Amino acid sequence: MRDFAHLYAELDATTATNRKLEALQAYFRHADAADAAWAVYFLAGGKPRQAVPTKLLRHCAMQYAQLDEWLFDECYQAVGDLAETIAHVLPPAMRDDDLGLNLWMEQRVAPLRGADAETVRAALFSYWDVLDWQGRFLLSKLIGGGFRVGVSKLLVTRALAVVAEVDAKTIAQRLVGWTDRSTRPTAAGFADLIAPPSEADRQRRGGQPYPFFLAHPLLADPATLGELGDWQAEWKYDGIRAQLVHREGCSWLWSRGEELITERFPELAQLPLPDGVVIDGEIVIRRGEGGGGVIAPFADLQKRIGRKTLSAKLLAELPAALIVYDLLELDGEDLRGRPQQERRALLEKLAEDIPALTLAPVIGPAEAADWSALARLRESARARGVEGMMLKEKSAHYGIGRTKNVGTWWKWKIDPYSVDAVLIYAQSGHGRRASLYTDYTFAVWDAADETGERRLVPFAKAYSGLTDAEIARVDRIIRSSTVEKFGPVRSVKPSMVFEIGFEGIAASPRHKAGIAVRFPRILRIRDDKPVAEADSLSTLQALLDEAEGHHAARRD
Amino acid sequence: MNDMVVVRKEGLYCVPGDFYIDPWRPVDRAVITHAHADHARTGHGHYLATADGAAILRARLGEIRLDALRYGDSVTHNGVALSLHPAGHVLGSAQLRMEYRGEVWVASGDYKLEQDGTCAAFESVRCDTFITESTFGMPIYRWQPQAEIFDDINAWWRRNASEGRTSVLFCYAFGKAQRILHGLDPTIGGIVCHGAVTPLNALYREAGVALPPTLAVGDVEDKAMLRQALVLAPPSAAGSPWMRRFGDYSDAFASGWMRLRGSRRRRGVDRGFVLSDHADWPGLLSAIAASGARRIIVTHGQIPIMVRWLQQNGLDAGAFDTEYGGEEEVSETGDVDKVDSNKDAPASAEGQSEHA
Repeated sequence: MRDFAHLYAELDATTATNRKLEALQAYFRHADAADAAWAVYFLAGGKPRQAVPTKLLRHCAMQYAQLDEWLFDECYQAVGDLAETIAHVLPPAMRDDDLGLNLWMEQRVAPLRGADAETVRAALFSYWDVLDWQGRFLLSKLIGGGFRVGVSKLLVTRALAVVAEVDAKTIAQRLVGWTDRSTRPTAAGFADLIAPPSEADRQRRGGQPYPFFLAHPLLADPATLGELGDWQAEWKYDGIRAQLVHREGCSWLWSRGEELITERFPELAQLPLPDGVVIDGEIVIRRGEGGGGVIAPFADLQKRIGRKTLSAKLLAELPAALIVYDLLELDGEDLRGRPQQERRALLEKLAEDIPALTLAPVIGPAEAADWSALARLRESARARGVEGMMLKEKSAHYGIGRTKNVGTWWKWKIDPYSVDAVLIYAQSGHGRRASLYTDYTFAVWDAADETGERRLVPFAKAYSGLTDAEIARVDRIIRSSTVEKFGPVRSVKPSMVFEIGFEGIAASPRHKAGIAVRFPRILRIRDDKPVAEADSLSTLQALLDEAEGHHAARRD
Repeated sequence: MNDMVVVRKEGLYCVPGDFYIDPWRPVDRAVITHAHADHARTGHGHYLATADGAAILRARLGEIRLDALRYGDSVTHNGVALSLHPAGHVLGSAQLRMEYRGEVWVASGDYKLEQDGTCAAFESVRCDTFITESTFGMPIYRWQPQAEIFDDINAWWRRNASEGRTSVLFCYAFGKAQRILHGLDPTIGGIVCHGAVTPLNALYREAGVALPPTLAVGDVEDKAMLRQALVLAPPSAAGSPWMRRFGDYSDAFASGWMRLRGSRRRRGVDRGFVLSDHADWPGLLSAIAASGARRIIVTHGQIPIMVRWLQQNGLDAGAFDTEYGGEEEVSETGDVDKVDSNKDAPASAEGQSEHA
């Protein structure tokens, strides 16, 4: 635990990639295999379920530190992170022991799950007795499930590759699925992870998917990419990226976060695929009679994801489909080293025999003969219910993660929707932005009532899009124009207008404005615009009608 | 009985003594607890300060009419017996004890309890009413012993030096810089000081404080030595052209605010060292307890929190609204840049923000 806490501290303290890499390598070289297995799990993004409810954790900390709730709350608001707050307020430990990360997880953290409050309290007190600041900080993260550290999975892969003296691509492949909750990190697992390359690395067994190949946002003019003929253009669907693995008569469906989601989409697990096939695509919800050809807004997909049990009714109302765009394995053979166009051809051939398979259409020269025609076509994206286009190099191999060394995928999204809205509430941020007001609620005007009064109706929360300097400026204005404080939230005198961008819009009875927007973010501060000239609900309603209208139209 | 000290628009005012304590507007008579810019301002008629701090005060404020008092010595003014007692904050810093008709009030100025070797150590003074700072008056602020922090700083420097990279450590030029110099291991490499730091080093040395040899950038003949050097510079030097000469360097910031990961990351430096010249939460509570005072008045920092806590613990606690620190910014955002607006005032450039 101490070694891992020190590793965490080192990763946290430096912004230099080389330093992080060195720290990771040093850790993996010396760590016990069982501890290292858990370290990989956490560093690669594993998120165990919360072992102790947050409220209980807070209460135990207040009691141990002998702080009243108000004082603890003040501390939390200044710090912005519960684990850090707890580590700061607990009095120094008297003793110190050093149990490995694995034993901590198995013998100390795991038994807390579901235990009664008294047991949890006694256990936490005994743990805090022997942990220093770093250890306590880490423990709360391990218990609370909110473990995040500034390393990418790619960096962890590189470190392991150096330590194991195994090619990073092989490590990446072996790492797939490590963070799925159904996998328990073990010493044997770690030994396999860093073992010399063997036949097993070439043979695909079980439900192991491939590391996802990720696209880069295209910001430049697409004409800079060269000949259109060298590129495969597709529509970009707004769904959940997934790989469907079919081997030995079984199907496994993996999300991009490398979580196994087979059970959530039984209709996709039932797709009749031959053995030794892995396909890559986007999960979407179909709408319309008989699972018609219309893609429902993302909000409908969220209804499916959120549900633990799937009723027959829900499955009928919100049928899922996998829109397939790549073939990674055929007849048990890894195709990732083949060029994009060859994989596409093989995919189309496969689909000929399987009518249930829906392929993402390729946009051919008949539809767009040159870049400017393609750009014009892209304008229709919103009407088609898609986010924009994908541009894939025809010669590209299927890379690992966000790499560009074996060819590139570009995502060429359409410009977001935007409205001008007024800041009405602010809350302090977390992490780097703790104790600065950075989380804002924005409102638009409703229709005037009979007296001509208009009110501001909140419609979106956003916390990204401003520079540090802008955040500091807005923070000052918030402090000086606070009307009321409710806990960590301040209501402010409406004085600032922001242009808010978002990707999608849907009706939502749960929201005050009756509308929910997707991925809202701040595009810019509109210092030039008085509050009275901000947009109104009718603007949003028009955008909604437009979006709904397109979905309806496509149903015909 | 009427209060011995009240707050006026000019500053804290001792009513029977007819003098001010660290006033922020020009007055006739001012007692200065220490020479940081928010406590020691120009324009007063008469100054009273400690003998240890007199030279620094003169260096920063220019020609002033200054009476210097040794720690523990007493003078009587309008029937009020005044004496100055070590506050342990920076060289020459003091708490002001005022006794009038058997009642004792103490104004703390800024203070810390840990002895740092560059100034007289904090001495607790018994009183009826204690006027205290509360810059870090929250339970999240708890300092490690400074020896551990210096081990960390030296280890960071040693590693950079072994990799041929300059170590740039940002800190306040008056007090913190000299405390760091005192704690550095000069066998690791050369020490270079920014022009804002150098004159204060000289004043400390004149006062008999042992500091390792330091160089100004202009004195560095062999540029190669910079790769093993540690550079002390005020926060305002960050991002300035002055930094360019160091090429590939690692930077760090030494301040109590570095306790919070959020502040550390906002700073954008490689390392944050938690080193403060103010008392931490346990330090404030123990100083308040040791004063024996039943009435506590909080002047700057985390005022509402400290006042509420003291009231809950049975003390008569209140607050004075002062202009020390820059409360809102310092206490709520931990923003250490609050005084960068005075950049155009060269004399005070190095004394800008001394709140950590």
